[in-house]
Amino acid sequence: MTDSAKVLASDLHFPPGTDSFNFRDWFAGLSDTALANVFTTITFAVWLTVAILIVFFLWAYRKPRIVPTKRQWLAESAYGFVRNTVSIEVLGKRHGVRFAPYLTTLFLFIILMNFWAIVPAVQISPNSHIAFPATLGILSWAIYNWVGVKKHGFLGYLKATCVPPGAPVFIYPLLIPIEFLQNLILRPVTLALRLFANMFAGHLILLVFTLGGFVLLQSDNLLIQSVSVVSWAFAIAMTFFELIVIALQAYVFTLLTALYIQGSLADEH
Amino acid sequence: MIHAAEGGAGILIPVWQEIVVGAIAFGLLCYVLMKFVFPRMEKTFEARVDAIEGGIERAERAQEDADRTLEEYRRKLAGAQEEAAAIRDEARADAVAAKEEILTGAREEANRIIAAGHAQVEASRQQLVRELRSEVGNLAVDLAGKIISQRLADDDSVERTVDQFLAEMSDEPEASGAR
Repeated sequence: MTDSAKVLASDLHFPPGTDSFNFRDWFAGLSDTALANVFTTITFAVWLTVAILIVFFLWAYRKPRIVPTKRQWLAESAYGFVRNTVSIEVLGKRHGVRFAPYLTTLFLFIILMNFWAIVPAVQISPNSHIAFPATLGILSWAIYNWVGVKKHGFLGYLKATCVPPGAPVFIYPLLIPIEFLQNLILRPVTLALRLFANMFAGHLILLVFTLGGFVLLQSDNLLIQSVSVVSWAFAIAMTFFELIVIALQAYVFTLLTALYIQGSLADEH
Repeated sequence: MIHAAEGGAGILIPVWQEIVVGAIAFGLLCYVLMKFVFPRMEKTFEARVDAIEGGIERAERAQEDADRTLEEYRRKLAGAQEEAAAIRDEARADAVAAKEEILTGAREEANRIIAAGHAQVEASRQQLVRELRSEVGNLAVDLAGKIISQRLADDDSVERTVDQFLAEMSDEPEASGAR
């Protein structure tokens, strides 16, 4: 085995664990202050995501025209995709147009945040840190509850959410706590966990195959060393698979948020 | 630096600084996109719909105008044809009337001329008769006078006188024709 492989191997922590998701503060002096975790590769990726989106959309939509330019068309189709296939599809024309801007922002933010998982040199999504999916989940929770309370009033919303119509009264003591838990407590948790777990697992899988390749390379057996190529091939394949997960999870998060809002707006549960 | 709790459950405990960063970053993104970009996109969509619908509406209006104009021209054409037919009929009627009038006039003129001819002929005849009557009277008187005077002288001379008279009579028409 080569020297460089030895050097690499000394840095390896195989199998990868939760430590693999920890990033050092960029400024060591901040580690013990309140600003710890504020300047890391993760937060940098978050800011870069926001910056890319803001710059692109402001630039693409500087001078909108009836007959769009190519970049204007690109920006419009991103918005139009979420607006038409998610928002209006789920919420109907009136509410769909009303919530389309938020849902689109949410979708774009998540998909680009997820995308860092396969960007070389970063290769980890900020969404593999529970804090970011949790923030988004809580926001969705706040929005659909606010919409519901605004439409039905506080008690009316509680009733609409927790009391399923048509159920026999004697089953209420069982149904109401379940519905309450499911609709008002667990929704943001499942939203956040689903996104987080997918990105977490994705990163872990990439790590397993990539690091696994190096570990195999450390073997003294030539046959086992050559298997490392297979491992890396899998890492590449998994990267493509990850691409699907990235888009799918962003879509699912957005779609579920739209569905929850729709549930709050519906007259009946 | 994140210190994950032992056992792996630590990954489920959000780092509060990251929540703050995420909230601020996402809030900023929402603010910019939802305030400056997407509403303008909706406006553009509306303008586009307006432009397309307006175009269709304009085309429909133009079509209606064209239809109306065509209809008007057709009506005018039909009117013109009717008018032309009416004029033609009128002209034909006029021509017939004129022909009738001319014929009547001609006939009347002819009749008048014929009548005038008749009248003149009649007048000439009357005059001739009158003249002849007086002439015949005179001649008879002359003849009688001559016969009487000749009888008195000679029977042969009477015969000659008669011959002479008859010769004068045959000369007479030439003299009257010259008149």
